[in-house]
Amino acid sequence: MAGFNKVVNTYDEALAGLTDGMTIIAGGFGLCGIPEGLIAQIKKMGTKQLTIASNNCGVDGFGLGILLEDRQIKKMISSYVGENELFERQLLSGELEVELTPQGTLAEKIRAGGAGIPAFYTATGYGTPVGEGKEVRVFNGRSYILEESITGDFALVKGWKADTYGNVIYRHTAMNFNPMAATAGKITVVEVEEIVQPGELDMDHIHTPGIYVDRVILGSFEKRIERRTVSQ
Amino acid sequence: MSLSREQIAQRVARELKDGYYVNLGIGIPTLVANYIPPGIEVMLQSENGLLGMGPFPTADKIDADMINAGKQTVTAIKGASIFSSAESFAMIRGGHVHFTVLGAFEVDVEGNIASWMIPGKLVKGMGGAMDLVAGAHNIIVTMTHASKDGESKLLTRCSLPLTGAGCIKKVVTDLAYVEIREGKFWLLERAPGVSVDTIVKLTAGPIVVPEVVPEMCF
Repeated sequence: MAGFNKVVNTYDEALAGLTDGMTIIAGGFGLCGIPEGLIAQIKKMGTKQLTIASNNCGVDGFGLGILLEDRQIKKMISSYVGENELFERQLLSGELEVELTPQGTLAEKIRAGGAGIPAFYTATGYGTPVGEGKEVRVFNGRSYILEESITGDFALVKGWKADTYGNVIYRHTAMNFNPMAATAGKITVVEVEEIVQPGELDMDHIHTPGIYVDRVILGSFEKRIERRTVSQ
Repeated sequence: MSLSREQIAQRVARELKDGYYVNLGIGIPTLVANYIPPGIEVMLQSENGLLGMGPFPTADKIDADMINAGKQTVTAIKGASIFSSAESFAMIRGGHVHFTVLGAFEVDVEGNIASWMIPGKLVKGMGGAMDLVAGAHNIIVTMTHASKDGESKLLTRCSLPLTGAGCIKKVVTDLAYVEIREGKFWLLERAPGVSVDTIVKLTAGPIVVPEVVPEMCF
């Protein structure tokens, strides 16, 4: 009996069931707070025709960028993607599709998806190319567009610590999209730096309650820095 | 003399008030943090999930888990808070951020802004800009008044795809401080040594020139 023990010991188990054509929601902002080992496992599995909702698509050779090398991604849903040459090339050649989505709208689409809300109205994007073809409604004299939420077959999350029940806490700005992603996967997999026993994390400080989480795996992280900026 | 990037930031910083929560975009807007007037406190919001952003870290304090919206390593001040992207944009879209500064390619007399897409060029994305212009009440746009070829960027109608519609009221360019009201630009201040004529010539949209247009002082 596994009960509420969500811990898996191999990456094969962590992504068991992921198949071609699925939709993945991945946490992370740039290279900060990304599930490095789970991304590497997708590359190893060779799963193709993936749709990935993630704020960015990594860089050449790191993060989600490595999934471009074998053309595993069919479509990205992102707010900003310009950090890799391979991405540009595949976009221009038509091999890759991108749905540019305002950052706040993307966060809310995933949050709403995880909360069972199929769509919501927002002022963001009204009167711009993002609003074209979308339903418009006026509330208190202001125009809003209808945005549909997103859910994934899998959600890939990077946490700092989890207990075996799948309660997760994040560290600093590595939180970013991860808490919303955790709620929006049919199967949510969390890769963490440390796994502890139930009760070791302060229950008042849990960011993602274990009910959202299906699998927890202990990872090891390079944590590459995209823009190293220092003061003297 | 047209304003330097630092002077544009310096002029914008004069709009800051004590107790403001502020979001600064990438480029010139980031420099505004260097000119916060003495005697007031403002708190910087970074839309990837940090309220109370501090300066860049010293080399020994770099932390890969602590970055700003430009993906640069940063620090947090004492009393900062960390939250998710959804929470961050609830602050922005809910109108809780008092003051936003961002760059643009074009603005027009209807308060429209174009800042993210040039057709025919590779589009990298809008990031959080569309949320910021839709959510903030008090937005200042920083930009050059005209292109290098002398093409005005202050237009009757933006020619590029919009970032937001009817949301911009204040613009600081390298030549002037301009407000947008009643379907017109209003020339309120000029850069030191730049004539009203020069500014009017480089403004394509209708512009109102008050009798006195003071020079900015630095």
